[in-house]
Amino acid sequence: MARAEIDNQSRDAFRRSVRKFVAGEIAPHIEAWEEAHSFPRELYRRAGDLGILAVGFDPAYGGLPGDCSMIIELTQELAAVGSGGLIAGLLSHSIGAPPIEALGSAQLKARVLPEILSGERISALAVTEPGGGSDVANLATTARREGDAYIVNGSKMFITSGMRADYITTAVRTGGPGMEGISMLLIPGDAPGLSRTPLKKMGWWCSDTAALYFDDCRVPANNLIGQEGMGFLGLMQNFNRERLFIAAMAYAFSKVCLDEAVAYARERKTFGRPLIARQVVRHKLVDMATKIAPLASFLRDIGSRIDRGEHPIADVCMLKNVATQCLEHCAKEAVQIFGGSGYMRGTKVERIYRETKVLSIGGGAEEIMKELAARQLGW
Amino acid sequence: MKILVTVKRIPDPDESLKFAGGGLDTSSSKWVPNAFDEYAVETALRLAEVAGKRDRLAEVIVMSICPAKQRQHVTQFLAMGADRGVVVDADDSELDTIAVSKAIAAVAKSEGVDLTIVGKLSQDNEGNQVAQRVAGLLNVPQAGFAATVKWDKNAGTLDVGREVDDGVEHKLVPLPAVVSVDLRVVLPTSIKNGVTADSHKYQEGPRLASLRGITMAKRKKVKVLKLSDIGVSSAGSEQVVAVAPPPARPSGQIVGSVEELHEKLAKEAKVL
Repeated sequence: MARAEIDNQSRDAFRRSVRKFVAGEIAPHIEAWEEAHSFPRELYRRAGDLGILAVGFDPAYGGLPGDCSMIIELTQELAAVGSGGLIAGLLSHSIGAPPIEALGSAQLKARVLPEILSGERISALAVTEPGGGSDVANLATTARREGDAYIVNGSKMFITSGMRADYITTAVRTGGPGMEGISMLLIPGDAPGLSRTPLKKMGWWCSDTAALYFDDCRVPANNLIGQEGMGFLGLMQNFNRERLFIAAMAYAFSKVCLDEAVAYARERKTFGRPLIARQVVRHKLVDMATKIAPLASFLRDIGSRIDRGEHPIADVCMLKNVATQCLEHCAKEAVQIFGGSGYMRGTKVERIYRETKVLSIGGGAEEIMKELAARQLGW
Repeated sequence: MKILVTVKRIPDPDESLKFAGGGLDTSSSKWVPNAFDEYAVETALRLAEVAGKRDRLAEVIVMSICPAKQRQHVTQFLAMGADRGVVVDADDSELDTIAVSKAIAAVAKSEGVDLTIVGKLSQDNEGNQVAQRVAGLLNVPQAGFAATVKWDKNAGTLDVGREVDDGVEHKLVPLPAVVSVDLRVVLPTSIKNGVTADSHKYQEGPRLASLRGITMAKRKKVKVLKLSDIGVSSAGSEQVVAVAPPPARPSGQIVGSVEELHEKLAKEAKVL
């Protein structure tokens, strides 16, 4: 990933633009989009115009300068409306496009990256299968070379933006068993033999999530991303980025929970005094803040290490767990402080509460994170 | 055509005010662009550009009077799409409305601009004097509080719609001229330049600075001048005597019925 320098002044200016974009073009509609289980496709184009989708990608293919801390800030601004579905859907290319950038040929990159980064085309990543998610090395979807095409058979599960993605970065088995047999293939949304089914979820309502079925699905051979057998490596590098992004989301939503809870506790009176005057509530708020503060430093630290070109796999796993545990705590306490209102649809904390599990499961489940960290640490 | 747009930085209106020594304490303020100047730049850009194409019908110059080292807001306006900047390096303490107006008039004259667009007021002191004074100093026509602007290139005129108490008044002003803009000028079809289709709908509001615009803004030319370079002497005709916070509002009362409200309004407040 190209990480051109960006000065603080430009960073602040961009953050200001994103804040206005969120306040003016997302906040007024987010409740309706959540209930409708979708947001307008046009939003990708608007985000593309502003440069939101291009942050941190190679300028040669339509990317713009940006590092991990900028992505963390961007996530914070987008999180202000309290919808993880919006972020996951709008930025589904943040997991779908990096394998193309990292492994793809110059020709493939020039063909698809500018369209994705401008918001004209939607990109998704498809790895998980009905038979297993975290066990990537044993995935079962096959791609058989036949002349100038690959014939894909199998299925993918829980794919974010799966219903309307134009380009699906798909992990397939082109070789024998194990990680060496895995390749990445860019499957067009209109490929013959591809069918998709929407899935209903606990949270992330406004993002579309799909099951994908490949039935002798024919994909041009020049859509192979990199070389055959290099897929596993590409995916592992991608996971670091995805997990940092998930940690950034968990951090941002923890802060939203705290801010919402503080505002509500100041306003809501019980027995003649505001909730925030009650020691039990004040301490809940401080406990939330106490978990958030070190997470901020951890996130910044890992972000800057990734920017320096390090691959701190164990730390990223631990960061993801710390962040999602922090969010589970903050969302639970925020809903509790909101009381009955927190159980009602229409409050941010109700929605965030429903969205905590997807972050502790998606991008590598909490238990897998621990196991991977232990292995990385040589235990 | 050359369009000059004046832009100003103001203390963030969303932050609470601090007072010290009989005046406002802005030493720790966060500075943000004045919203009406964002509308002014949006107006200039819509006049200058051909929607959907790279062609430009006018050069847009943004001008600000501020300490040269604190011109982040100028970068923001350049990032919106203005072509270049002029900064007159001066501290607020050197300025009053007439000095500001003279500086703008001097730059408008030396740049040879055809149109000067200003926000109707700055949100910090709400003066609403600059457009009128600059038009007077330049001896050119003015149209204040524009809600719509239609440019007739061949005739060299602007049709400026102004929302007044009894309807919409249209002023036809020959260029060069000075126009101050109001909030409605950034509605989707408020600006017509005769080349972009009249039916074209812009995104409502001033455009946001894109990340690409922000990175490009850094490379745009900004000329820095001193007040003395343009023959303007510093302030002296106006003086701020004191600034104080308004007195705290007494707490309200909750009344039990319309009858009680009526009685209190009549007997206590004595307004009925």
